[in-house]
Amino acid sequence: MLFLDRWIEIFETLRRNKLRTALTGLSVGWGILMLIILLGAGQGLQNQAETNFKDDAVNSIWIRPGRAALPFKGLRPGRKILFTNADIDAVRRIPGVEHITGRFYLRGEEYTVTYGAKNASFDIRAVNPGHQFIEKTIITSGRYINETDIDEHRKVAVIGKPISEFFFGKANPIGEYLTIRGIQYRIVGTFTDEGGEGELQKIFLPITTTQRAYNAHGDVHHLMFSVGNASLERSEAIEKQVVALLAERLNFSPEDPRAIRVRNNLKEYSKIARIFSLIRAFLWIVGIGTITASVIGVSNILLISVAERTVEIGVRKAMGANPFSIVAMVLKEAFVVTGLAGYLGLFAGVGLLEIFNRFLPNNEYIVNPEVDLSVALIALGMLVVSAMLAGLIPASRAARVSPIVALRNE
Amino acid sequence: MIRLENINKSYQVGGGALHVLRDVALHVKEGEFVSIMGSSGSGKSTLLNVLGILDDYDSGEYWLGDTLIQRLSQRKAAQYRSEHIGFVFQSFNLLPFKTALENVALPLYYQKQSRKKRLEAAADQLERVGLGNWKDHRPSELSGGQKQRVAVARALVTKPRLILADEPTGALDSKTSYMLMDLLKEVNDQGMTVVVVTHEPDIAERTKRVIRLRDGAIEESNSQEES
Repeated sequence: MLFLDRWIEIFETLRRNKLRTALTGLSVGWGILMLIILLGAGQGLQNQAETNFKDDAVNSIWIRPGRAALPFKGLRPGRKILFTNADIDAVRRIPGVEHITGRFYLRGEEYTVTYGAKNASFDIRAVNPGHQFIEKTIITSGRYINETDIDEHRKVAVIGKPISEFFFGKANPIGEYLTIRGIQYRIVGTFTDEGGEGELQKIFLPITTTQRAYNAHGDVHHLMFSVGNASLERSEAIEKQVVALLAERLNFSPEDPRAIRVRNNLKEYSKIARIFSLIRAFLWIVGIGTITASVIGVSNILLISVAERTVEIGVRKAMGANPFSIVAMVLKEAFVVTGLAGYLGLFAGVGLLEIFNRFLPNNEYIVNPEVDLSVALIALGMLVVSAMLAGLIPASRAARVSPIVALRNE
Repeated sequence: MIRLENINKSYQVGGGALHVLRDVALHVKEGEFVSIMGSSGSGKSTLLNVLGILDDYDSGEYWLGDTLIQRLSQRKAAQYRSEHIGFVFQSFNLLPFKTALENVALPLYYQKQSRKKRLEAAADQLERVGLGNWKDHRPSELSGGQKQRVAVARALVTKPRLILADEPTGALDSKTSYMLMDLLKEVNDQGMTVVVVTHEPDIAERTKRVIRLRDGAIEESNSQEES
């Protein structure tokens, strides 16, 4: 009852000073709003960057053969390096290598895909079964390329959902045959991919089949493998080992920068992750700066309010208010105003982010901006605590008000 | 009831000390109606502040009842003020955003009484000063005399041992002033000790005993009943 009474007294006072309350509240609410929008936008940027990584396994290493730039063991620079299936098998034996695949590209006019009267060009990739893990391909019906397909040079194909819809509409494509440069492939599966529309316009074939059908050498255009849950250091060590092995097998210098091109996704990812943790730190600094500004604003307004209310405080003291109850009064007012306004700011900020999501759901820069509830609560808690700190100076000044001076001061 | 023994107080002003109260000795018995008279600068405000536990003094002793009031913490001072003393100020000092009733109830808030009890007691006191019908008015809707009567009700609401009135008629015309003094006399008649600080002789005349203060020392302390 008495407790409730205290709050009634506080709300009374706040209600009587609407303008002051509103200004204090605005300062705080605005600070929190800005913080939420900043953090939300930062999260959105990060989400966008992360979708770029959703396409492929983060722990994958990609190697492309090039042309040797250095002479090696009497061989001339400028010679072409070629990978074969034997190289894939050799790399597969290196400890730490998890899934591995080669890739053989079928590109150009002659690889038009035909079904009945319909024909079109797609990106055709001949691969090993490990490719499914590297590219994070999600099978939606049927199956992916398997080892038996590889061993028996089967003429089978796995196609993206849009391709299936293009040729077969809503009908089941499994068991149907597509013709690619005069060879018929039986469709054994359809897939989807989180990497976006471009990743769906693909057809996967067994690598051995296409090597035999279209290329006598058994070339591998691209080699990629994953390293499980290896750390960045471990993955770099494996990368080095693989490069050394390939250098030995294919006779180029391990120091040669052009003989092969290596891309370690884990390295790229940690680079981006580092950039984003920096951005996030920066946003927090800006956000805390904003909140500090609003806290200083609150402190200022409270100081003015204490000065304005010198007489009132003097009267209250003469009426038996002890210094503690005066301090508590100022702090409670600070607490109520910042808490309430901060909550409204939080609400408005989250609302704005929601509106952004609803009306601009697919833009390239910011994807699904959002704020962790815990982050928001931390921000709000921080704000209230700092508002109390802000209230401390005005409150102690209020506590020092001498009733005599206050009451004589007309 | 009030016993001041050789109270001295000085303020630091510029380079030197201004000796405001010099060996003030004063006794006020329970139920007295006393005025402290003096021109401005006589030290009467300082004396009032000491009496009201609003300010400390340098040497001497101040006994309020059986309690020695000396170098109290702010907290203790607030507690004694709240328990023992009711104030009436020259400029009324009502809180403008509260109604007459809420203003009167305020001291009880600091005695941690429940809202219901506070408002009941406040209504009684307003009734007592003849403002029962004005309890929901703000100070801005009241005349000067009414405001001061609200202030008297506020001073009475805690049932203190002592009412301290600092120039209570300073902002009132003489007719209203006399009406207020009649009210204070009535309060005194009911047994309350009342001390009025004033510089107006006709106001001092309406109390039962006049204490004259000049240059910080008591010049004369005559009781009308005795003279």
